[in-house]
Amino acid sequence: MSHDHDHDNELDPFAARVRALETILTRKGLIDPAAIDVIVDTYETKIGPRNGARVVAKAWNDPAYADWLKRDATAAIESLSYTGRQGEHMQAVFNTEGTHNLVVCTLCSCYPWSVLGLPPVWYKAPPYRSRAVIDPRGVLDEFGLTLPAETKIRVWDSTAELRYLVVPLRPRGTDGWSEEQLADLVSRDAMIGTAQARQPA
Amino acid sequence: MNGPQDLGGQMGFGPVAPEKDEPYFHAEWEKRALGVTLCAGAMGAWNIDESRHARESLHPADYYGSSYYQIWIKALETLLKRHGFVSERDLAAGEAVDAAATPKRVLKAENVPAVLAKGGPCDRPVATAPRFKAGDHVRTRNFNPTGHTRLPRYARGKEGTIEAVHDGFVFPDSNAHGQGENPQWVYTVVFDGAEIWGDGTDPTLTVSIDAWESYLEPA
Repeated sequence: MSHDHDHDNELDPFAARVRALETILTRKGLIDPAAIDVIVDTYETKIGPRNGARVVAKAWNDPAYADWLKRDATAAIESLSYTGRQGEHMQAVFNTEGTHNLVVCTLCSCYPWSVLGLPPVWYKAPPYRSRAVIDPRGVLDEFGLTLPAETKIRVWDSTAELRYLVVPLRPRGTDGWSEEQLADLVSRDAMIGTAQARQPA
Repeated sequence: MNGPQDLGGQMGFGPVAPEKDEPYFHAEWEKRALGVTLCAGAMGAWNIDESRHARESLHPADYYGSSYYQIWIKALETLLKRHGFVSERDLAAGEAVDAAATPKRVLKAENVPAVLAKGGPCDRPVATAPRFKAGDHVRTRNFNPTGHTRLPRYARGKEGTIEAVHDGFVFPDSNAHGQGENPQWVYTVVFDGAEIWGDGTDPTLTVSIDAWESYLEPA
């Protein structure tokens, strides 16, 4: 048994089921197990919310880029080399003082992999998918985000192949910050809409 | 289909319970499940719409009782059987027993970065001009197809406003069933919360969906 599998419970029937399926497909020459390793490594170490945070930080610091991101997010994001699977058709939605945006996929788990990586479990699970569209304030409360009662909430249900990236409001007190510094304030959840950008320490 | 996947507005699932510093994977087998699913999809025998439909076609009790990667694997077994790549005997034995259909391609490790970077764009040219423009008032159709659709139940028969006209996109309702891509214009349609949820709705709420043209009619 390789080190990679040390944490598997060998008695877990589902782990056994997946391993059997991989074995069958490999023996039949239908998949390359080394390709699986590359896929996993890509999404564990190369593609994650840091990509999206750089997009947001650049939009905060560069009005021309922000304008491009608003008009053609796919191209503006591609210019930073963030492309590919589940990011083929992008739209950026900008929070304002009066409106907060929240992204969900009620029908499955559509999510902008190219800028946020793989979605967290809660994003794919029934509680969030069922309630984000009918009780977004209740959902946000569970994330510790209480918005003013007059703030408008716009929920984007990703029912087609457009993938949404929320651009949160830039925190006050960050004038003159570099894009790298700003990106540190942008969490995954802020780009889904379940959080605001972090306040500078 | 009015299946277990169509969750918008359903109740009783409890709190969201976000996990602090959540890892990308919660078990080694989840990594393999992701990779096997992507590699199998890369064989080119089915499209993303057929794959989504296989997942939503799980029995509701099974769907709700499964984690997301479990749903993926269960649906993947269905797709592999449907397209002749694995048999019940293979799965029962846990090893390759029967011969397999020939895939269009096999994803090799060295090609993974290029394939992931390319993705699978679904925009297509549409011969006709868009029927609607931004600002138009529309009503979503009320239908209950037994096959795949991307019009959620909560948004059927509702009046909204076209906010954006996007590109033409592959039509999932036919593409999921081997009936062709039949691309249509896609629109962002925004609804007042109260149009969808009625009495007691938060007056600050608006909800949008992305809708294919045939889901819509003028209001």
